[in-house]
Amino acid sequence: MQVLMSLQEEALALFARLDSPHALEEAKARYLGKTGVLTERLKGLGALPHEERKSAGAAINQVKGVLEKALQQRREALVLAQQERELRASALDVTLPGRLHGRGATHPVTRTLERIETLFRSLGFEVAEGPEVESDDYNFTALNIPADHPARAMHDTFYLAPGVVLRTHTSPVQVRYLESHALPVRIIAPGRVFRCDSDVTHTPMFHQVEGLWVAEEGVSLAALKGLLSEFMRHFFEQEELPTRFRPSFFPFTEPSAEMDIGCVICQGNGCRVCSHTGWLEVLGCGLVHPNVLEPLGIDSERYVGLAFGLGVERLAMIRYGVDDLRTFYENDLRFLKHFQ
Amino acid sequence: MKFSEAWLRTWVDPELDAAGLAHVLTMGGLEVEALSPCAPPFDQVVVGQVLSVEKHPQADRLNCLTVDVGTAEPLPIVCGAPNVAVGMKAPCALVGAVLPGGLAIRAARVRGIESQGMMCSARELGLSEESEGLLVLGAQAPVGQSIRAWLDLDDQQFTLKLTPNRADCLSLRGVAREVAALTRCPLHLPDFAPKASNSEFGVRAVRIEASDGCARYGGRRIRLERPDQPTPDWMVRRLERAGLRAKALVVDVTNYVMLELGQPLHAFADAALTGNLSVRWAREGESLTVLSGQTLALTGDLLVVADETGPQALAGLMGGQHSAVSAQTRDIFLEAAWFSPVALAGRARRLGLASEAAFRFERGVDASLTLEALERATQLLLDCAGGEAGPVLDLAHPEKLPQRLPVRVRSDRVRRLLGFEVAADTMRQILTRLGVCLEGDGEDWTATAPTWRVDLEREVDYVEEIARCVGYDQIPMQVPKAPLRALHLPERQRSRQAVAQRLQARGFQEVITYSFVSAEGERHLATQPSPLELINPLSQDLAVLRSTLSVGLMETLGFNLKRKQEQVRIFEWGRCFLPAPDADGLCAQPLRLGGLWYGTRFPEQWGIKSEPADFFDLKGVVEELLPPGASFVSIQHPALHPGRSAEVRWNGQSIGWVGELHPRLGPVYDLSRMPLLFELEWAPLALEAWPEYRPTPRFQPVRRDLALVVEEGVPAMAVLDALRSAAPENVDSILLFDVYQGAGVEEGKKSLAFCVKIQDTERSSTEGELEQICQELIRIAEHRFGAVLR
Repeated sequence: MQVLMSLQEEALALFARLDSPHALEEAKARYLGKTGVLTERLKGLGALPHEERKSAGAAINQVKGVLEKALQQRREALVLAQQERELRASALDVTLPGRLHGRGATHPVTRTLERIETLFRSLGFEVAEGPEVESDDYNFTALNIPADHPARAMHDTFYLAPGVVLRTHTSPVQVRYLESHALPVRIIAPGRVFRCDSDVTHTPMFHQVEGLWVAEEGVSLAALKGLLSEFMRHFFEQEELPTRFRPSFFPFTEPSAEMDIGCVICQGNGCRVCSHTGWLEVLGCGLVHPNVLEPLGIDSERYVGLAFGLGVERLAMIRYGVDDLRTFYENDLRFLKHFQ
Repeated sequence: MKFSEAWLRTWVDPELDAAGLAHVLTMGGLEVEALSPCAPPFDQVVVGQVLSVEKHPQADRLNCLTVDVGTAEPLPIVCGAPNVAVGMKAPCALVGAVLPGGLAIRAARVRGIESQGMMCSARELGLSEESEGLLVLGAQAPVGQSIRAWLDLDDQQFTLKLTPNRADCLSLRGVAREVAALTRCPLHLPDFAPKASNSEFGVRAVRIEASDGCARYGGRRIRLERPDQPTPDWMVRRLERAGLRAKALVVDVTNYVMLELGQPLHAFADAALTGNLSVRWAREGESLTVLSGQTLALTGDLLVVADETGPQALAGLMGGQHSAVSAQTRDIFLEAAWFSPVALAGRARRLGLASEAAFRFERGVDASLTLEALERATQLLLDCAGGEAGPVLDLAHPEKLPQRLPVRVRSDRVRRLLGFEVAADTMRQILTRLGVCLEGDGEDWTATAPTWRVDLEREVDYVEEIARCVGYDQIPMQVPKAPLRALHLPERQRSRQAVAQRLQARGFQEVITYSFVSAEGERHLATQPSPLELINPLSQDLAVLRSTLSVGLMETLGFNLKRKQEQVRIFEWGRCFLPAPDADGLCAQPLRLGGLWYGTRFPEQWGIKSEPADFFDLKGVVEELLPPGASFVSIQHPALHPGRSAEVRWNGQSIGWVGELHPRLGPVYDLSRMPLLFELEWAPLALEAWPEYRPTPRFQPVRRDLALVVEEGVPAMAVLDALRSAAPENVDSILLFDVYQGAGVEEGKKSLAFCVKIQDTERSSTEGELEQICQELIRIAEHRFGAVLR
């Protein structure tokens, strides 16, 4: 018995020592294989006296069971250890940057346009478009700016041919839309406009958003103030944004107004951006002049229209703190990437 | 329009400071663009009179003065001014004064001589940029009086940014009227007595031949006794603070009256005129040298005042040099006329002449002013220079003068347009204050505008007057109300944002470039040979309308490469312009999307080997934007590599292209590696594919790969298309997954590897069926392209 116990001890110690699956299987063969020590002993049972045979056999089998179990545990442990070694070997520096395709951004002017569109759509305005090469008629005459009107001089128009211009504002879309759509209409018309002027505060191309709402009811100077103040508050995300309206002149609106907002940079205290006035001029607006509506066959007694035109670059500059208008059209990638 | 506050306050003097007055004007629609003090702050500077001048014993350029400043003892002052003289009056800064720029005046010894003050130039007082010597004051200047009071230096200059409709405010009287109406403050019109005329003066006969251009003409001869008299200081000051430089008496008076009343005047040297005058359109071939010195060839749309020898003035615009008045001219013919805005419109601008008169006539002058202005100018001239005036001539074509038609003004209409309640009585008071003549009681009136308000034509114009006098800030903010209406949102329409987002996710940055480009850029990159040219471009770089977005994209590439960007991926969405006329007879202006890829496939990073992007990188980007059914065929495009460019076709038409820049353009753009470019029409891209539902198969697909060897020149897509169209319905997909040339494939040939997937919806497919289908596909490829199974 003692021999058997020391055999078991010896085998268990060996199994625990071995750390390769191959050596373990060899050790197994030594004890439990066809010619293994224990197998031989079992074979030798026949030589024992009958009364000893049973208990000796049980003792051998018990040792065999212990060894098999230990063997199995050791096998599993070795597999686990092996897996762990492999995992350790395949570990990465997870702080290295991932593979990047790079990401582009929306141009800040487009970004501003999209914001304006989204807000006006939420107020029930459709988006309309018109041509950039425009006829003199649509750009001026139909908007109550006859030939030789001094207001034409304010526009610094690019000409392509006599009577053909690059539109100087998005207002002609008003006329085109009213010509082809039934009333009531509620639209905005975003787009490029062109003026023959270039200096620190002017680029020869810029963007406007025209707005037009013609209806039998609901349109008035009070509604115009409410609508545009609502828009500006949401555009600048300032619930208490002060606004003010001043009388102004546009040939295609009467009454006409210019809208100022409290300077969002200095909160109205006065800074360089607002020329220390506390106010920023942001758009022109008014009620559509009957001289615009009537030639389109619209009964100006029955229908009232409101219209406004805002400068997109101006809003973008205020919103993002860009201090040089020309930056927008240099398209320096180092500038544009800030708008990711 | 600039004017002095002090001058305005002689007409109307509300209890408001300058800033308060500016606010009232701005909120009333006359925007105050600037409000600037006429002098910087300083004090303790008084009128001094030089009593004696002696050379400084130690300095050649200095003088030792005694100056009377109204105190018991005259002050000893050392002075370096070259123009100092005994008896002269000039500003004297007393000890303790601090001048603009911070110079503090102290009692001092200058090279050993005591000095107790400083005589000042205009520059030293901050009154001008440059000056030579002391500021010489008139003999009337009271010795010892503060210079601020004597020169009225606490005055402020207002600059109005007037809108073109408010021509009535191009005069002090007009602004004063407006202030009176807005502040309800009384208006004091300065009164003057007309001078008696001497009927012995012959009248110069005038004939209005062009009554369309000139509906009223007034004039008189004036003989001045001392035409060389200086213009009075007060007048000079008001002129200067209105932004006009004083010149000589007659010119200054005509300018002054124009500023005061709004009526432009012109003075001719009477002796230079021959015979009768006529106001007529210029004749072809006539020319005139105007006061600014330019000699102009006249055209039939220019109105002139001519004598019997020819044009002597561009009517309402500028006088001629021949009949110009100088300080020696004793006999003048003074003209006050009404020229129509249409006759003047755009002329000054076209001729490049700056003219205060034309600026006013173009916008509309009060037609009732001519006689008053003649009388006022006569009075000022005779008071200053002495002399006599002849009888006044007054010709008019009343039917050609602006007609002031009565307009119906309904208080209900006003309320509807304003959107809030205003009492009819308030409206009536406002309009009356503005000089409008109202007939009728109660709620509706017939309104007639005053002669100076040529802009009040329709009822809406009166609505604005009421609104601005009530105050735009008094109009409540009304939450806009309208019936709820769903927006038109077609699901098949893909938004610009959606497309932009795809490009941005692939690393492309949006840019916005000018719609006009250089003719050179167009010549390099466009297929369109003759771009649309601007008649009046700003520069050669912005002279033609782009027919392709590539021009701006290439310029943006160049700009960024100069700033050391190594990888540039950009796109732009915008209109291009083609000479083909559209329905409006303008030009075709299609919306397009264009892009450019330069440099590596990926941004520089540790985990990806740096490789240049190639045609297929950009083509992949483009393919993901295209509507289903688009295909590519090789093209010849002058700006693109002939073997690396493709036209994009869809629905049987070309919708754009993608390709590598032609290497011959490398030197032009200073590039050693060619960028990849694409341009697509927007309209087809905006169509979203409609999701087509088919039941999802319950059976597994079966796959077989085929490698076919064909001639190198056979387009892969042709083979793929042929296989696809020949495949029976249960072939789910055929995919090209490898293109191989090299060992195992004969020289001049290539191996195309396809994966064919069969997917029956009702049963599982068998290997046998697959084998049969593949045999058929091989047969077709063999037949059509001479393909051999590899």
